[in-house]
Amino acid sequence: MATSTLTPPSVDDAAPDGSRPARPRRTRSPLPFGLLLPAVLALGLALGYPLVRQVVLSLQEFGLAQQFGRPAEWVGLQNYRELVGDPYLWKVVLRSVLFCLVNAAVTMAVGVGLALLMQRMSKPVRLLVQSGLLLAWAMPVLAALTVWQWLFDSQYGVVNWLLTKAGGDYAGHSWLLEPLSFFLVASVIVVWMSVPFVAFTAYAALTQVPAELVEAAAMDGASPRQRLRHVVLPTVSPVLLVVGLLQVIWDLRVFTQIYVLQKAGGTTRDTNLLGTYIYRLGIGSGDFGTAAAVAVFMLALTVVLTAPYVRLMLRQEES
Amino acid sequence: MSRPTSRPARILVDLVGLLVFVVAVFPVYWMVNTSLLQRNEIRSPDPTWLPFGGSFDNYRRVLSGGRFTDALLVSLSVTLATVVVALVFAFLAALAVSRFRFRGRTSFIVALLLIQMIPVEGLFISQYKMLEGFSLLNTVAGLTLVYVASVLPFTIWTLRGFVAGVPYELEEAAMVDGCSRLGAFWRVTFPLLAPGLVATGVFGFLQAWNEFTLAVVVMTREDKQTLPVWLSTFLDVNRGTDWGAVMAGSTLIAVPVVVFFLIVQGRMVSGLTAGAVKG
Repeated sequence: MATSTLTPPSVDDAAPDGSRPARPRRTRSPLPFGLLLPAVLALGLALGYPLVRQVVLSLQEFGLAQQFGRPAEWVGLQNYRELVGDPYLWKVVLRSVLFCLVNAAVTMAVGVGLALLMQRMSKPVRLLVQSGLLLAWAMPVLAALTVWQWLFDSQYGVVNWLLTKAGGDYAGHSWLLEPLSFFLVASVIVVWMSVPFVAFTAYAALTQVPAELVEAAAMDGASPRQRLRHVVLPTVSPVLLVVGLLQVIWDLRVFTQIYVLQKAGGTTRDTNLLGTYIYRLGIGSGDFGTAAAVAVFMLALTVVLTAPYVRLMLRQEES
Repeated sequence: MSRPTSRPARILVDLVGLLVFVVAVFPVYWMVNTSLLQRNEIRSPDPTWLPFGGSFDNYRRVLSGGRFTDALLVSLSVTLATVVVALVFAFLAALAVSRFRFRGRTSFIVALLLIQMIPVEGLFISQYKMLEGFSLLNTVAGLTLVYVASVLPFTIWTLRGFVAGVPYELEEAAMVDGCSRLGAFWRVTFPLLAPGLVATGVFGFLQAWNEFTLAVVVMTREDKQTLPVWLSTFLDVNRGTDWGAVMAGSTLIAVPVVVFFLIVQGRMVSGLTAGAVKG
């Protein structure tokens, strides 16, 4: 069925001057637009329309009463004004940004460090590490989340058992009760799941660094550390930059881990990040107007963080 | 390339490697191990490291509830629908973008890139309201609609590379040899695209199968939960979690994913190279 729309404007192609048509042909025919139509419609319906609707919603008073049929009242920037004046929102924003930056930084450091180490491992160990990382990478989020919770279980968890054996007093210690240790557990899970991608990408980039370059630097008397800093890292930095930006973007929107851990015993108010906050506001308490306003704010924050990434990708696209 | 100079340094690096391996693999091992243990072994002060004398009681308990099969059915239908629809739409769009130059082509590519960056968390409130308005909450169609939109940008982006990798000259050559345009495309280009379609299809499968956020927002009714949401309902502080069952459920969800993932891992590479046949 995919090809039925492909009947080409064959007349166009028979270039009379005998020149070959350029591979991507410039065309005035409506064919490419027809091919794009299904995708554009789907994206417009499922993303474009909600986006517009969200902006409208954020300018309305839309609470439980409206959910049960009362017409939504137009309130202008009221929702935003209330939010800006609400210290709790700023707490959540600060928490989200901090969580995002810490996790992205740790993930990058561990991932890149691992990639550097992988270059220096003996072959069997390297294969072992790579297969292990692949396995961790393949784990579904929810399966990973449940196992880690089981590992951190207060009564029968392996982590508490290990720490107790090592001389700590961790018998029955509950990790999710305190916000700080709640975020520690969440970070462990997020980092464990994100490191493989970073490690593999960085490792692939490192293998592209020309060996002659490193050897030349060595011959000129550069120490291993100097070689790393002045030769290897500058060569791979474009890749690392893209990966790092992706980590920041992904870690800002972390929802599943927080949501599930909250259900497993975290205090919601002290552990909300932007995603869960929006969820609780809207779907939890039916205050869709305010939730939409926070969501718009989150989108704006993402745009700011994403701009450099998009610019980078476009530059690659042009070349 | 750069080799560690001394023997002790090399051994140290290998030891760190082994430690990394353990940290990466242990949770996965522990999931499978626990799923095979008896309840009294799970609830003992000292962990049972090996599932000797293992039983399938946990699996039996998970499967007998009936809720697993409900969730499996929902998950399968949403995932398959998403993969098929997204592949067809993306394939058409990828053809347009890589085989034609037209006004708005670059804007479309830029738009894809931007859309891909939209966090679901920033939009699920209004997506929920939209589906509510269409009476599509708690339906496979509703969840599929939002899934297709979230998978499409990446799918188009990847397929575009595969299509561009098949030289148009191959099609031309077939036409010189007497194939029709359609025939040339169908017999020459399409088979070369098969690995790309498989790889992107599996990507879509993994996305939809693992997705949690939208599933928890859209499928609020218990009998409409997808597998990940069903799994999350098992974890309950107040009831005391049945870890054996949870780990059995996790294993059941993870196995197809891990298998598929390991397959594409190789396919992605061979697919990418297969797309670049000597033209």
